[in-house]
Amino acid sequence: MAKHHVSATVNGDGVEFLCATDQTLLEVLRDELHLNGTKEGCGTGDCGACSVMLDGRLVCSCLVLGVEAEGRRIETIEGMAVGQELHVLQRKFLEHAALQCGICTPGILIAARALLARNPDPTEAEVRYWLAGNLCRCTGYHKIVEAVQDAAREMRGA
Amino acid sequence: MSEMRYEAPKTLAAAVALLAAASGGARILAGGTDLLIQLRTGRIEPSLLVDIKGIPEMTSIVADSSGFRLGAAVTLMQLTEHQALAQEWPGVIDGIKFIGSIQVKGRATLGGNLCNASPAADSVPALIAAGAVASIIGPAGRRETPVAEIATGPGRTTLTPGEIVTALLLPRQARHSGDAYLRFTPRTEMDIAVVGAAVHLTLDERGICSQARVALGAVASRALLVPEAAAAVIGTRVDGPALACLAEAARAASQPIDDKRGTREFRLRIVGVMAQRAAEIALDRARRNS
Amino acid sequence: MIVASGLKYQARELKIVGTRPLRPDGVDKVTGRARYGADISLPGQLIGKVLRSPHAHARIKSIDTSAAAALPGVKAVISRDDFADMAEEYAAAGELTINFRDVTRNMMAREKVLYDGHPVAAVAATSEAIARAALKLIKVDYEILPHVIDVIAALRPDAPLLHEEQYTEGVNPRPARPSNLAKRLEFARGNVEAGFAAADTIVEREFTTKPVHQGYIEPQACLASYSEDGQAELWTSTQGHFVFRAQCAKLLQMEISKIRVTPTEIGGGFGGKNNIYNEPLAIALSRKSHRPVKMVMTREEVFRATGPTSGGHVKVRLGATRDGRITAATAELSFQAGAFPGSSVAPASMCAFTRYDLENVRVIGNDVTVNRPKVAAYRAPGAPIAAFAVESAIDEMAKKLGIAPIEFRLINAAREGTQTYYGPKLGKIGYIETLEAARAHPHYRAPLGPGHGRGIATGFWFNIGNETTAALNINEDGTATLIMGTIDVAGGSRAAMAMMVAEELGIPFDRVRPHIGDTSSLGFNFITAGSRGTFAGGMACVVAARDAIEKLRDRVARIREVPLEAVLWKDGHAVPAEGSARQFAPMSLAEIAGQAGKTGGPIAGHAELNVQGAGPGFGAHIVDVEVDRQTGSIKILRYTAVQDVGRAIHPAYVEGQLQGGVVQGIGWALNEEYVYDADGILANPGFLDYRIPVASDLPFIDTVIVEVANPNHPYGVRGCGEVPIIAPLAAIANAVENALGIRFYDLPMAPPKVLQAIDEAAAAASKA
Repeated sequence: MAKHHVSATVNGDGVEFLCATDQTLLEVLRDELHLNGTKEGCGTGDCGACSVMLDGRLVCSCLVLGVEAEGRRIETIEGMAVGQELHVLQRKFLEHAALQCGICTPGILIAARALLARNPDPTEAEVRYWLAGNLCRCTGYHKIVEAVQDAAREMRGA
Repeated sequence: MSEMRYEAPKTLAAAVALLAAASGGARILAGGTDLLIQLRTGRIEPSLLVDIKGIPEMTSIVADSSGFRLGAAVTLMQLTEHQALAQEWPGVIDGIKFIGSIQVKGRATLGGNLCNASPAADSVPALIAAGAVASIIGPAGRRETPVAEIATGPGRTTLTPGEIVTALLLPRQARHSGDAYLRFTPRTEMDIAVVGAAVHLTLDERGICSQARVALGAVASRALLVPEAAAAVIGTRVDGPALACLAEAARAASQPIDDKRGTREFRLRIVGVMAQRAAEIALDRARRNS
Repeated sequence: MIVASGLKYQARELKIVGTRPLRPDGVDKVTGRARYGADISLPGQLIGKVLRSPHAHARIKSIDTSAAAALPGVKAVISRDDFADMAEEYAAAGELTINFRDVTRNMMAREKVLYDGHPVAAVAATSEAIARAALKLIKVDYEILPHVIDVIAALRPDAPLLHEEQYTEGVNPRPARPSNLAKRLEFARGNVEAGFAAADTIVEREFTTKPVHQGYIEPQACLASYSEDGQAELWTSTQGHFVFRAQCAKLLQMEISKIRVTPTEIGGGFGGKNNIYNEPLAIALSRKSHRPVKMVMTREEVFRATGPTSGGHVKVRLGATRDGRITAATAELSFQAGAFPGSSVAPASMCAFTRYDLENVRVIGNDVTVNRPKVAAYRAPGAPIAAFAVESAIDEMAKKLGIAPIEFRLINAAREGTQTYYGPKLGKIGYIETLEAARAHPHYRAPLGPGHGRGIATGFWFNIGNETTAALNINEDGTATLIMGTIDVAGGSRAAMAMMVAEELGIPFDRVRPHIGDTSSLGFNFITAGSRGTFAGGMACVVAARDAIEKLRDRVARIREVPLEAVLWKDGHAVPAEGSARQFAPMSLAEIAGQAGKTGGPIAGHAELNVQGAGPGFGAHIVDVEVDRQTGSIKILRYTAVQDVGRAIHPAYVEGQLQGGVVQGIGWALNEEYVYDADGILANPGFLDYRIPVASDLPFIDTVIVEVANPNHPYGVRGCGEVPIIAPLAAIANAVENALGIRFYDLPMAPPKVLQAIDEAAAAASKA
């Protein structure tokens, strides 16, 4: 089967890969680029574990074809910390015990960062509705919402 | 295993040609949020995917004195961010916001929601209530058709082979007019509408309803325009008795089924409630829109 | 004979236990580094996929895999013929018991398929696409049989029979005919007839619940590699790698030493990863293909073929005197076991009334086979179902008697010395303290909005101990590496263990690095189930730490040439015992460790225990709800969970357990359920239509930690993970009753059901 040759950037680095038409971006990230931080929980866009940024938009990578990534900019959990420095959200998730099993955590962190980029001071309800597409079965979301709001506070310098 | 090709044409003409050449084996890929699931589960096995997101006409929003031209492949998130649209057609935005998660809205499109032809599609009732028109291109050229006439049943449309919905056209919102869409779901988010109701109405200077359109989702094999429900409030102050008549008319027009998401009985029971509540929000918006 | 550790609780000043350090597994989890089941790969691996039954019940007449095997890229195909049949043999797996005869049939159907999704064959191929194509080429000839999904329908004499040789156990004499009633249990104490005769008021009700899934976000995933010398390596997402090893060895007829299981990070389990599914298939495919084989379930497979918890039918009868004393209580619980016997009806039966000090009790439990996937444990298996019924009936009784629900519970509360109806007397417990803390909480007295309702309910869970091992290696620089045998099912037990070890050694928390050992690094460990992780695992870690400290003291005694009694361990140093004549210069852990090679070799502590003395946990929940009277939609407005955890080693992670458990209970109460169509096919095998709560459905979940120390643990730990899911079902039902005056006996309280009840109540009221 002839595969597509795709060039894109992932976390700022140029990448090239081959993929079949029906391979999703999630499969490409995990199986071709070996970036396993992006998780598959459902494969149907219902859980958000595979959340990544695509040209600055929050998307489920299971609902994007790998071939659609041609020329696009992808950001994944692997690019969230800068060197030794965790992103504020990552640090706040640790401090607030906002993760347990952690399988949903990469997707939630990516989604939360996208929220804070457009709304630096979200209300509790805004956090909850923005994150409604990210299922977490461990935490009951309580500490996740607290961590996001606390990270927002710190990022605002409040 | 058959090979599935992928093409990303840059022009409508090229897209139409690709679809025509594939003689029915092609699928249009817009946001992909329905299509990729159908592919994954093996429900469809197309020979060609035509990705139309590279066609400028389909991915732009144009607002001018005649109204809004919403490219059919514009993402829902982009639509929610369009301030003039949100201000004039908040009900259309209500419907868009209910669709999937932020992630899904980052990909999904109005054209996809319309052409996937789910009776529960959240964006469709508000578009119908708004009187939106679909702009279509195909082998025979361009045509325009009211959104209400696109879907004919689950997964079925009046589009002929090779046709593409390129844009949804919304008029400018008239003064003293307002729209709203509400739906019922068991969860607050991430659900498919059990019932959806959209209302668009216009008040005259005295606050009497001079024009109304009511559309319902998930209570028939396609979204319904219900003139009887609109008639119940036209000429009234959209007060309690009129709203009760609207609710009753909505119920009477519904032909729901039992499925895993809701029973026929429950849908009939709440369709009036949703229609009435949507009308109340639309009324409030119309009063504020002076 | 069981040898317990014997360590008892000692109240003392603590430096680390009770604080909130960052979890050792945290950074890996926020950076995407953590490796879960699907994240492990080997060079040359194949992808394994399973062909599943499209029928609820059918006899397999033949399976033809020849076309699949001939497809280029397919390296192995397996079906029932690749596995030996197993005799009846029982083993413990978490709180539930398994029978190998059934396990081998659940892993790969033999005579019949018994549910939609039942594995029939499996393939390994060079790509997932080829594997999927191969599945389509397998021809299975089925004789479709009538099926039964509902538990009560399954008990009817004319019900379709799943197992032709199943004669009800626990009934004397043995029944003349086989049936779907696999087992009948009875627990009794006192004289219930006399108890009911002494009652002034009786409440008698029937309740039903639907099966619900654990809903872990990580689908089951494993990777197996079988070598030509008969050794197998397995990486899998599991709650119990030693138990998985034992089961794979049994099913594949291998020696235990020839299988090494490395547990991956686990993306949620909640009891659902106590059971093997693809693991033996992956090993068998690897054995046949001579290549590593990776198998990852889809979400649809998770819903169709991995165990939800039972749906249940519960009859409850309570009698009480006017002054609020319960005189008798009976219950009959009928649980769906799924396709094979072994539901959670036994623990549910034992939990049903064990919050109360009762003289006269009888509980009957029925384990019923139906054409659904075999159930698995789910967080306090069975207890929420029993508590939904009993705590609803308690609420109704309190209301009838005009006594506040918390007061009614206090009058009848179990306490130290209460004789249970299933066996032991309760030791030191904190039920009364928990109820009192709930009563004292501001939530209990906060004014309710118009039309809102408030409910209260309580829960009990045993908690367990069992086989547990740990090793603590003192490194050359004075840091410590802790190898645990109990899986951290993500509650944070790695943090809790390292905290206890650091406390024992008297060194900072970050100098102790905990890891989960693979099955070759430690002796057998039981599954992380029954809230045993921090209790039993913690016990092993403390024993290992004290073992290491003994060796450290001994080493110092020899270096300093003083008697062992003269050496005391304090704050990370060997110091002279106070008042001892043999004074010497103290030595730090690092100093001792640095010389270890020259003074007798490396220093390590070990523990190999069967931990006994688990302390039961109790919770009391308060919830406020609002009901949309026009749509039947229920909104949770406020929630407070109070629980006696014995001792919170890491309070933030304990709060997380309470919050997570409560929200699972909320889902169970309101929206979650398995929906089957008329053909017995699961209609909602995905997160879109199997509706677990999303963030916007919920308020913050307030928590109150009560600490009544477990006397049988050095830090007083009871365990905390399961209790919080028990009370929410009844608490919410009681709150809805308080709001509407309508009591719901069936879960979930989905809007159509609620609206219908509102309409019926209105119709009845207008008639009256």
